[in-house]
Amino acid sequence: MTELSKSGAAMTEPVDTASPAPSAFLEVRDLKVHFPTDDGLVKSVDGLSFTLEKGKTLGIVGESGSGKSVTSLGIMGLHTAGQYGKRKAQISGEIWLDGTELLSADPDHVRKLRGREMAMIFQDPLSALHPYYTIGQQIVEAYRIHHKVDKKVARRRAIEMLDRVGIPQPDKRVDGYPHEFSGGMRQRAMIAMSLVNNPELLIADEPTTALDVTVQAQILDLIRDLQKEFGSAVIIITHDLGVVAELSDDILVMYGGRCIERGPAEKVFYEPRHPYTWGLLGSMPRLDREQTERLIPVKGSPPSLINIPSGCAFNPRCPYADVPKDNVTRTVRPELTEVGSQHWAACHMTHEQRERIWTEEIAPKL
Amino acid sequence: MTTPAPSAGATTLTKDAAPGETLLKVTGLQKHFPIRKGLLQRQVGAVRAVDGIDFEVRSGETLGVVGESGCGKSTMGRLITRLLEPTAGTVEFEGRDITHLGVSAMRPMRRDVQMIFQDPYSSLNPRHTIGTIVGAPFKLQGVEPEGGIKKEVQRLLSVVGLNPEHYNRYPHEFSGGQRQRIGIARALALNPKMVVADEPVSALDVSIQAQVVNLLDDLQQELGLTYVIIAHDLSVVRHVSDRIAVMYLGKIVELADRDLLYKAPMHPYTKALMSAVPIPDPRRKSAKSERILLKGDVPSPISPPSGCRFHTRCWKATQICTTTEPPLLELKPGQQVACHHPENFEDQAPQDTVLLTAAKEAAELVADEVLAESAETSAAVAARVAEGATTSTEAPAEDAATESSADEASAEAPVEDAAAEPASEDDTPAKEK
Repeated sequence: MTELSKSGAAMTEPVDTASPAPSAFLEVRDLKVHFPTDDGLVKSVDGLSFTLEKGKTLGIVGESGSGKSVTSLGIMGLHTAGQYGKRKAQISGEIWLDGTELLSADPDHVRKLRGREMAMIFQDPLSALHPYYTIGQQIVEAYRIHHKVDKKVARRRAIEMLDRVGIPQPDKRVDGYPHEFSGGMRQRAMIAMSLVNNPELLIADEPTTALDVTVQAQILDLIRDLQKEFGSAVIIITHDLGVVAELSDDILVMYGGRCIERGPAEKVFYEPRHPYTWGLLGSMPRLDREQTERLIPVKGSPPSLINIPSGCAFNPRCPYADVPKDNVTRTVRPELTEVGSQHWAACHMTHEQRERIWTEEIAPKL
Repeated sequence: MTTPAPSAGATTLTKDAAPGETLLKVTGLQKHFPIRKGLLQRQVGAVRAVDGIDFEVRSGETLGVVGESGCGKSTMGRLITRLLEPTAGTVEFEGRDITHLGVSAMRPMRRDVQMIFQDPYSSLNPRHTIGTIVGAPFKLQGVEPEGGIKKEVQRLLSVVGLNPEHYNRYPHEFSGGQRQRIGIARALALNPKMVVADEPVSALDVSIQAQVVNLLDDLQQELGLTYVIIAHDLSVVRHVSDRIAVMYLGKIVELADRDLLYKAPMHPYTKALMSAVPIPDPRRKSAKSERILLKGDVPSPISPPSGCRFHTRCWKATQICTTTEPPLLELKPGQQVACHHPENFEDQAPQDTVLLTAAKEAAELVADEVLAESAETSAAVAARVAEGATTSTEAPAEDAATESSADEASAEAPVEDAAAEPASEDDTPAKEK
């Protein structure tokens, strides 16, 4: 891969903030993204923190409306980018990327980083690609915004990227329009576009949800290989626990705009410490296990983000809401507490109670 | 039209077909959508969405239909419910040919075959209340349930786990999972014998998906329903189905009992499809080598490949696959497959050993262990068969042209030698994962 080195690596120092720059490559601290609407304040993300190192993959799982996509758009700085008058999103917290705080940084500076230091793969390539321009034009545009090169060089780079993501006859397909590509090919083209500037942080928001399983397998393989090759940090957002298990080093489970469990993939799958994670695991029919008679669904439906239940957001659906004393689940919001090395969960039940319920009641049924 | 209108008993269930009997029989079913062009709208081609499929649905069972998008599974669902007019073939319901019945002749049948749609947002009229939506089948069929329509609708709502007091609410007041329940209540209103569900849970969140799957399960047990469930999610299909049909480009490539299919798939496509499902188990990340990656995309149904339609992406394809279409044969009891070189079974065209160039390319994407294991199991099965325990159906396919490219191709692929030897040294029984 021809490395057109990142020029201008020396960035302007960020505005001085209270807390010191973290050592992690990406650190999100107490991120809140709220949207004012006529019906009330939608608290899509309500206090989310995590860190991610280069070369690692973080999987964010949760149901629709749990705040996964809003988090990713927040990191990319795409919520403030649009001006909707008074309806602007209210964002607070800190996002540190490689020593730069993004939320307080100059929008022009963030624009320079976007696409170059951090890039995104969207869920639906048909709506994320512009139908009027060829694939080549779109990749060239993404490249030339960040690199002062002429069109020929950029075009060569585009062909090279299309080739790298496995599009056959890249020198011909570079002049094709999105509608001439199949779903899987479009997603490959979009991956090529997002990687054209060698970003160090790649956010993939449901990258395979619109695809068939056989194509999904191809794309997941591609993402894994590219990550190895480029050594970037990857955040993969999905509702499919299978996809997360395939790719992630760490898993973050979101519910009602907050992280309810976070830890290494193995821990979250084998020693989950939050009833919602148990529910997700029980809801899913699995091909690798013997047939179970019945699935164990989570009762009820996800909460409204305008009226998040008081106390633990999961308490109306939690079968163990009455285990902790004094009705605490309905009044006090549980904080993330460490339940193992690098493993946190937000639940009022004691560690022993959860361990007992998991090993005696949940695990045998899965 | 004469509608006898029996007391559509909510309480009395009259099931004509005993469990296990054939309820629906489909033979040679085809649906070609014409492509028209020009001023005269002359037909220039056709999308062969469903291109000759045979199967039957037995009373009381659940038939799952899986396949990738564009394989014709939804068209198949619409054909058997007669929402589309078949191009050729026959559909028999309870022994009666309903292939070309007109709208009015179909109406009494509509009571027995109902459909649940994929998208609970577009399949409910936003301007009708839940009561009107679920009560519509009674009005259309001129059925007056005992105690009146309202009471019956409320009973149905409680059957599917909704609050009967929500009778007067509108669809937008419900969540996705609740709307799908409304769709299910509507389908159940007239006590159908068969319910065709097209992707009933794919628009729902995981935790809600499980609720709806369990609901369908309970209803089947209580009401003795027969389901045809169309879905692309193989794990959901395995959970709900008794038998499963795998479709590829308008054809059924494998039709088998659930356990047989998932333990020992015979069609290479089935095997690839199942290996592509991501397993929610981080410890198996390293076991990725078991995955079979398919080359490229599904070919266009406008001009499907000749012979076996999978030959352009199959790693076992030989000359015969390009020329002769493999028939859907029952190779094992309860397992029908359309393939010349099935997995986990004796090769149906052992003479034909030379892999196509495309197959060699495809095989590069398949891990060696998978190929070796497949060769081993095929060989083991063949050896057992040779011992004379069972006489299987002979491959009707003639050897097409083995000699044609034998010389040039035999050297480079070490894979084919292993895969092609039908009865070899290894007599160990098939190891199944």
